[in-house]
Amino acid sequence: MASNDGGLSLSQQRQRAAFWFLAPMLAALFFVAAWPLLRTIWFSLTNTLLSDLYGGEFIGFDNYLSIRVLESGRVIYRGTLVDPAWWNAVWNTVRFAVVSVFFETLLGLIVALVLNAEFKGRGLVRAAILIPWAIPTIVSAKMWAWMLNDQFGIINDIMLNLGLISQKIAWTASTDTAMYAVLMVDIWKTTPFMALLILAGLQMVPRDIFEAARLDGVNPVKVFFRITLPLIRPALAVAIIFRMLDALRIFDLVYVLTPNSAATKTMSVISRENMIDFDKFAYGAAQSTLLFAIIAVFVSLYIWLGKVDLSGEGQR
Amino acid sequence: MTAQKLLSTIAFYALVVVIVVFSVFPFYYAIVTSFATGTELFKVNYWPKAFSWANYETVLGGRNFVRSIWNSVFIATTTVVFALFLAVTASYALARVRFRGRGLLLMMILAVSMFPQIAVLAGLFELVRFLGIFNTPWAMILSYVIFTLPFTVWVLTTFMRDLPVEIEEAAIVDGATPWVIITKVFLPLLWPALVTTGLLAFIGAWNEFLFALTFTSSETTRTVPVAIGLLSGASQQEIPWGPIMAASVIVTVPLIILVLIFQRKIVAGLTAGGVKG
Repeated sequence: MASNDGGLSLSQQRQRAAFWFLAPMLAALFFVAAWPLLRTIWFSLTNTLLSDLYGGEFIGFDNYLSIRVLESGRVIYRGTLVDPAWWNAVWNTVRFAVVSVFFETLLGLIVALVLNAEFKGRGLVRAAILIPWAIPTIVSAKMWAWMLNDQFGIINDIMLNLGLISQKIAWTASTDTAMYAVLMVDIWKTTPFMALLILAGLQMVPRDIFEAARLDGVNPVKVFFRITLPLIRPALAVAIIFRMLDALRIFDLVYVLTPNSAATKTMSVISRENMIDFDKFAYGAAQSTLLFAIIAVFVSLYIWLGKVDLSGEGQR
Repeated sequence: MTAQKLLSTIAFYALVVVIVVFSVFPFYYAIVTSFATGTELFKVNYWPKAFSWANYETVLGGRNFVRSIWNSVFIATTTVVFALFLAVTASYALARVRFRGRGLLLMMILAVSMFPQIAVLAGLFELVRFLGIFNTPWAMILSYVIFTLPFTVWVLTTFMRDLPVEIEEAAIVDGATPWVIITKVFLPLLWPALVTTGLLAFIGAWNEFLFALTFTSSETTRTVPVAIGLLSGASQQEIPWGPIMAASVIVTVPLIILVLIFQRKIVAGLTAGGVKG
């Protein structure tokens, strides 16, 4: 940070250079993010078809909600906002996000506390937990699909042997268990990431605080709730929001692990399905715009209510 | 007291073992399955019993899978080079130059990285069609900028912010221009950070599925995740689990080796992108 710039002219020169350094990146981001986003929102207000991207006409908010009163006096509602399939997807996504992030935070905290302790083989454990993270999501989905296979899956075999279940379960195919299957894989895959973020927060806490508490003979449980948790709260808050945003947009795992299952179909999956597979391009665009709006509102609320400092500027 | 201590030590190590087994087992089982063929495949084996390369031969024998690997390598490498090139200068400006609206700009970049990718899918689809790059690697290279660029900018900015002011001041006193400062002073110091962010961006691009699925239409242009995701047998009932597991192992082992070699740097990079950022 150039806090003591030599003079006004030098600082002006630096600012001019900064502008030219930033310009290419900003142009690239405008090209691939801002512009496509605006086009998506525009498409959501038209009746564009996948087969004819430029043939759409402006139809206002009809993809979201249209109300028509028939001559007989009957009112017909149409659009995403009265589409049960959409609300099912919203419910699936929210349920998935809340449950998965909850367990990932809880388990991540446990793993982080273990890794923060000093013991033989700590490096090995850290290496081991990086493996689920390093495996591509699609590969994890396939690996688990095989492990969760109803006939030949090892999960059913283990659970039968332990007497936890009395008959084989079709984890990914059955509507009752499909969501559990998705949650299981996501928690397995993402807990390491959560653990590493929390661990980084833990390691910023000065060691002597714990040392002092230990010498005073404070109960470890009390140390955790009274000292550790409050001190890592900022790190935890940021980790949770990152994970939450990731969970709200989940696509690949659901698409591959439980294809075409209404029990797990999320907002991203249903939007793409309408856009690309069902030739309801504009309708899908409306749904993806809604997802974007939901996420934007959620992030703003979280940052505002939790006073989370994401930019890292406040620390300086 | 000592008995209690022994007990808690045992409990601790039991927890450690559980964590390790849970993390490693699915991949271990994929490897075991990838070497099983025929009826052996449909028995639940906890330990490797069969050893056959047949599944690997099936996967690598089909020309399209090898093609997919090359597609993925090309796309991920190009994306990373492009993102790092743009990110180095941008993050110098964001980290070392004071200007109005810097905090806002950083927040905007972060916001882009948190974008739900589906929200830009329709617009990107149009763009890709307009540019005539549908079903070519360039469609993916273009669209992957949306998540690799904000991430690399973010991590490199946090990294550069932590470098001492003095090294830059000396260069300024000598009359060096910002461009010279970046290339001659910062770049040599940035190598470790560049390797880490590059690797993380590479993994992100290598694993991406949504764009790759939407912007390709033929088997020869698929990337690895799409190829594995859509690998199917003669009929719906006959999912070729053996070859799928072999393919999974082939594309995952290099990643795991890379991650284990660079594990310290990766953890540092991830947390710079998360907690501190």
